[in-house]
Parts: sequence; structure tokens; C-alpha cells
Amino acid sequence: MIAASLGAMPYMALSAILFSVGIVGLLTRSNPLVMFMCLELMLNAVNLSFVSLAREMDDLRGQVAVFFVLVVAAAEVVVGLGIIVSIFRRRQGATADDLSLMKG
Amino acid sequence: MELAVFIVGAMVCLLGAYGVVTSRNPVHAALSLVGTLIGVAVLFIAQDAEFLAAVQIIVYAGAIVVLFLFVIMLIGVDRSEDVDVEPLAGQKLAAVLAGLGIAVGLLSIVALGSVTGAPPSSAPVTGDSPNTEAIARVLFTDHLLAFEITSVLLVIAVVGAVALARHRQAALVDEDHPGDVVPDLEAVDSQEAVR
Repeated sequence: MIAASLGAMPYMALSAILFSVGIVGLLTRSNPLVMFMCLELMLNAVNLSFVSLAREMDDLRGQVAVFFVLVVAAAEVVVGLGIIVSIFRRRQGATADDLSLMKG
Repeated sequence: MELAVFIVGAMVCLLGAYGVVTSRNPVHAALSLVGTLIGVAVLFIAQDAEFLAAVQIIVYAGAIVVLFLFVIMLIGVDRSEDVDVEPLAGQKLAAVLAGLGIAVGLLSIVALGSVTGAPPSSAPVTGDSPNTEAIARVLFTDHLLAFEITSVLLVIAVVGAVALARHRQAALVDEDHPGDVVPDLEAVDSQEAVR
């Protein structure tokens, strides 16, 4: 066990930066797969802040929350990639901008 | 010591995140994502979350990224994306500005805010029992219902993925866009054989 010398703040700052990078990626990229990866980036940023606050508060339930986030992320990736596969079957090389069928 | 681990882990994380956002090739983005995930796992270990670090490597780097690469190869989008195309004028600039705004907001919350909340619970991180055992104790006592519901969620996800990705010719026809010709099954198969 490494002695708690840093505190939660550097980890929280890194988590904030990772989350923002994920948002920028989600907003700028048009490939649905890469957008999905940016979503994973944001989930990881939140997980990092969960773990650092769990240590700061000395409460293991923060780590349990990360466990559930991991499970939900896995389920979300499976369903999302299924949707992406069926979209790409219909239209080769589709980007997120081409999927405007439900636009009003 | 922890500072050195943090700096190295943070560098790996940020470089990986930069790679995910900027690389033109989806395969490179997926590999950069592995870098970020491993960096986050290192930071988990630095914060006494050994079990989560192992799960992070196994589930994320081992399963989710492989799934990503599998889909990239399956649908053949491993060619480079033209990142210079901007369907909406000024979208990239607006996105970067929005990201910067969110970063500044979150960082100021981190810098100015303080940790509040309930006092430490009956399950401390720095307890006598090892991390995995302590997590198991909390998971299977306080959070047993959530854990069981998780299994239902996973079953639903598996069934949904099979229903979505199954080859069904009728389900592929887009009635509003008859021009979108459904790729012939045999043609697709021969294409994949060539590839």
C-alpha cells in the first residue's frame, strides 16, 4: 500500500481533464465507433474520481459503485456495438451525420 | 513515490485520450484507448483499489477494446476517416470551446470545493482485510440486490445484442430509402472472403 501523500485533488483534476477530452471527442468526431470510445473515456474519468473520493472519505462503497459502472459500461458497449453493426450493414461507411432519419 | 506514479499514469492517460480523439484511423483510436485504460488502472493501484485495477484490465482492455477492434474489422471501417470534413460550419471550434468551458468549470470545482458528506462508514478502504475481500463483503451484504439486478441487466444486454446483430434480410430494408440497396448476402460473404 502506498502512503496517502497526494490526496484526492490531483486525481480529481486529471479526471476532469479526461472527461473534457472525452466530451470534445464526442462532439467533434463523426465515426460512431470513435464516439463510443470517447464515451468510454468519460466513463473512465468518472470511475477515477469515484476511486479517489473513496480513498479520501475512507469508504469502500465508492469502489463498489465503480464495479457497477464497469458492468453497466460493458452492457452498454455490447448493445451499442450491436446497433452500430446493424447500421453499418445497411449503409456502408455511415457517419453520425448521415443518420438523420428522425430529424424533424 | 506516489507523485511519480501519478505523473507517469497521468501522462499515459492523457496521451491515450489525445490519441483517441485525434487519430484518423479507428484502430489507432482503439489502441490509444488501451493506453488510457491501463493508465487509469495504474492510478487505481496507487489509490488502494487493487481489485478494480485488475477488473479494469480484464474487462476494459481485455474484453471491451477487443470487442471494438472486432467490430472495426467486421464492418470494415478500418480505413482512415476524413477528420477535416465539417458538416456543420464551426462545429469543431464550438466543440473545443465547450470542452474548454467544461474543463475550466470542473477544475474550478476541484480547486475550490471541499470534500463533504457522511462520516466514514463501516467499510473503510484502509481496513484490515485485503481489498478484494472487503469489496466482496460490501457487495454481497449491502449491495446484494443491485448485484442480482446486474445479472438481469447482462442477460438483457446479451439477448438484445443477438437480436440486433442477427442477419435478417427483411429487417434490413429501409422503407423510406429504397435507394439504400441491401447488400446481397452472398456478395457480402464473398467480399469478406476476399478481405
